[in-house]
Amino acid sequence: MSREARLALFGVSAVGFAALLAWGVAELPPFGHYAGPYGDLIAKLAPQQRHMANTVTAVVFDYRGFDTMGEELLLFAAASSVALLLRERREHEVEDVVEPVRSEASAAVGALAAVVTLVVALDVVAHGFITPGGGFQGGVVLAAAVMSLFLAVDYGRYARIGKSTHTEPIEAFGAGAYVALGLVSFAFGLAFLENFMELGVFGRLSSGGSAILVNWSSALAVAGGFLVIFGEYLQENMAERHGRRKLP
Amino acid sequence: MVPLQSIALLFVAAGGLAVVLARDIVRQAILFSLYGFALVVLFLVFQAPDVALSALVVSGIAYPLVLVAAIARVRERQRREQE
Repeated sequence: MSREARLALFGVSAVGFAALLAWGVAELPPFGHYAGPYGDLIAKLAPQQRHMANTVTAVVFDYRGFDTMGEELLLFAAASSVALLLRERREHEVEDVVEPVRSEASAAVGALAAVVTLVVALDVVAHGFITPGGGFQGGVVLAAAVMSLFLAVDYGRYARIGKSTHTEPIEAFGAGAYVALGLVSFAFGLAFLENFMELGVFGRLSSGGSAILVNWSSALAVAGGFLVIFGEYLQENMAERHGRRKLP
Repeated sequence: MVPLQSIALLFVAAGGLAVVLARDIVRQAILFSLYGFALVVLFLVFQAPDVALSALVVSGIAYPLVLVAAIARVRERQRREQE
């Protein structure tokens, strides 16, 4: 296609898209005016019904815990398929690769950052029902703590902690525990994933009932899932870079 | 709050534009990470700290890292093919 034809095609689509966008924006409700009743109701009910201050996490892991299970298993499927597609090479081929970061200063700061990130991650997960955060966000931060070891310290150090015999069981346990907690609710004669424990005192770390367990299991599943995906990419890379495999 | 929100929106717009206009793919990955950070600030000033937290890690670290890993792999292969 010639340049003129491409530009003409782009022009027509850009004008069409701009018109659709303008139409859509014009029909939006005014900024900050929330119309639906559901959010307001949840904000009023969650502190009383579930003793949770952060209603977002209350919805994610309690009221709509079943939906979150779908998201959870989606990540599990994604991590498994990445592992399935990329794992033509076993881990031990690259286990002796050492690739330290050259600057000692950045290695020191990086190691410190990894520890701080780990603490922040645990804090974000633990306070999920009190302040913004929860299992999903905290799990991702947890994975980032391990990744920063690779970024700022050394591939070998990272690989010893983030190897697949560590990350896969963590991910599987997290995802499995999420589903198992739903089944435990059945055993108590409740609906799937319905809260079956003491709700505790509003605003305490221990409040939230069995949704706390759901929260932690999702943190493990998310952290494990991210590390499995990242580890596969990295192994692939390191093997290539250090000439551990002949090119096809 | 409104001036802060407008500034955050401007940064996101500028960041998005920069990502699209960058021609070098590594530069694009790094710019994307900056754009992700602008999004984090945007979520924060629009009072969605939950989303800001996840966006911080996903668009700031995880996604650019996977991108850079993929780019490094392709470059390595190209380098070897030339040898």
